[in-house]
Amino acid sequence: MTTKVLIVDDHRLFRSGVRAELGDSIEVVGEAEDVESAVKAIAELRPDVVLLDVHMPGGGGQEVLRRVLGSGSQVRFLALSVSDAAEDVIGVIRGGARGYVTKNISGNELTEAIRRVAEGDAVFSPRLAGFVLDAFASSEAPPIDPELDSLTQREREVLRLIARGYAYKEIAKELFISVKTVETHVSSVLRKLQLSNRHELSRWATARRLV
Amino acid sequence: MADRPTFRDAPPASPPEAEDAPFPRLTRPVEGRLVAGVAQGAAQQLGLDPVVIRLAFVLLTVVSGIGVVAYVALWVFTPRRPFEGHEPPRDWSQFTAFAAIGLALTGFGWLTGTPTGGFGTWPIAVGGIGALILWQQAAPDRRKRWMSGAVRGVRHNWIRSALGMGLVVIGGIGFLAVRGEWVRPGLLFTAVVVGGLAVIGAPWLAGLWRELQLERRERIRQEERAEVAAHVHDSVLHTLTLIQRNANDPREVQRLARAQERELRNWLYQPVQNADATFAGAVRRAAAEEEDAHGVPIEIVCVGDQDLDGPLRAMVQAARQAMVNAAKYSGASVVSVYAEAEPEEATIFVRDRGKGFDLDEVPLDRMGIRESIIGRMERNGGTARVRTAPGEGTEIMLTMKLERL
Repeated sequence: MTTKVLIVDDHRLFRSGVRAELGDSIEVVGEAEDVESAVKAIAELRPDVVLLDVHMPGGGGQEVLRRVLGSGSQVRFLALSVSDAAEDVIGVIRGGARGYVTKNISGNELTEAIRRVAEGDAVFSPRLAGFVLDAFASSEAPPIDPELDSLTQREREVLRLIARGYAYKEIAKELFISVKTVETHVSSVLRKLQLSNRHELSRWATARRLV
Repeated sequence: MADRPTFRDAPPASPPEAEDAPFPRLTRPVEGRLVAGVAQGAAQQLGLDPVVIRLAFVLLTVVSGIGVVAYVALWVFTPRRPFEGHEPPRDWSQFTAFAAIGLALTGFGWLTGTPTGGFGTWPIAVGGIGALILWQQAAPDRRKRWMSGAVRGVRHNWIRSALGMGLVVIGGIGFLAVRGEWVRPGLLFTAVVVGGLAVIGAPWLAGLWRELQLERRERIRQEERAEVAAHVHDSVLHTLTLIQRNANDPREVQRLARAQERELRNWLYQPVQNADATFAGAVRRAAAEEEDAHGVPIEIVCVGDQDLDGPLRAMVQAARQAMVNAAKYSGASVVSVYAEAEPEEATIFVRDRGKGFDLDEVPLDRMGIRESIIGRMERNGGTARVRTAPGEGTEIMLTMKLERL
């Protein structure tokens, strides 16, 4: 079964580059270049996965997430950006994206990431893993909801390995668990990231390490 | 002061601009000047004979000395009109004539005992000169705006304007009445006049203040934009040129692009990290330098941070050696570095997916791993573990316990 993908990015060169790099298991059903056209294309083309740029005219990726997910759509988003700003990264994840990868990702890795997101799993780049570890570590305030506001030891281990550049398969081997279990841990971290009430999570980014 | 930046905005040369701009900016012409060209310029601007202006200056000087002050102030704040070629000489005979008139008037006043303005006139005079300077410095369209703003203000609130006018008139009459007697009532009535003017001009002053603030913000914004432009020019454009010049050397192109990307990212997103003072900053710098030196991308993720002390410095050195090894010998296309600083422990992982090696077969004289990495870590109270096998890539794990008081 091929995965239907919509590419949303305001750089035409980048869209065609991604199109060329994706493997045979991916079918690019369309492209969009701003918030309006993205919302329209998602409604019309019904892709499985939307590759979403973070910075775009008309409100950026977060606006697309808000409008599409707000209308009850089940489409899955994978954020793809050149931005390293923690607030951007955390922002789109909390907005509902199921993963975040940087644009210098290789074609194979991107194909793999799309497949994972299409299956309902989460995709973390090393940098995102680093941000999440940082965000959950810098908790002076006691957690409001212990289940959502802190990571388990195992989740921390998985994130650390992702940050160290390990692929899911390598993580599974390292921790003597199955790839499926690794995916479960990452999805659980994603859920915490999205649902945690720790409001400083989104704001932590700007203040971090400026002590 | 003659070549202040406003100079650029001054009308190009001599009179013709008088027709197209009703209020041209005051400039000091060279031809026809007696002292500095202030009177000549003012006369041209107001459409009067310069003699009238000169006489006014002389009279003001004789009466209260204000003439000299006004002249000097205008001299300082007025740009000189551009003039090319040999400067014409001054007409000293005219100058002498005006000086003689001034001296004669002074003598006459002294002989007849005519009272001069005294202290009381000074605040008004200074305020007037200030307003005059502000006025003549402003560009024509802004003057028009001020005027229309003032007119609107008066129309909108005629009660306040009438009150202000009343105060000005009372103050003026009182001032004239007590003139030359005591200083104190003179000052008091001066204050009344100033208060009246303030009441009339309050909305106008507020508008002026707002406009100045707006202008200041705009200037700051422009300065910022200029700084960004300068940065982009110095770095990005420069690198793009280099990339085009090295287009046939893919390795060099990649190295340039990576270095530029890193530099831009740091500038855009990274909080300022002092590479000499913090652990994460030092690791980032080491990775950046080795990436530049060997042309292999080094992906770095940092979590947390600590102040850089002796043992941590040694640890960064060891990590740097690990990066060098990975970049030089592993054959991997990318090296991953993960550095984490917790309150009680710091760890660095340097990993590649390259060809790996057999640790036992490393010759004893190869100092890289044994000395520069493992030895250095142990001497500083830390540990280093090497995980590698042929074909499996290599990962070096450095750990350092932190002793914090």
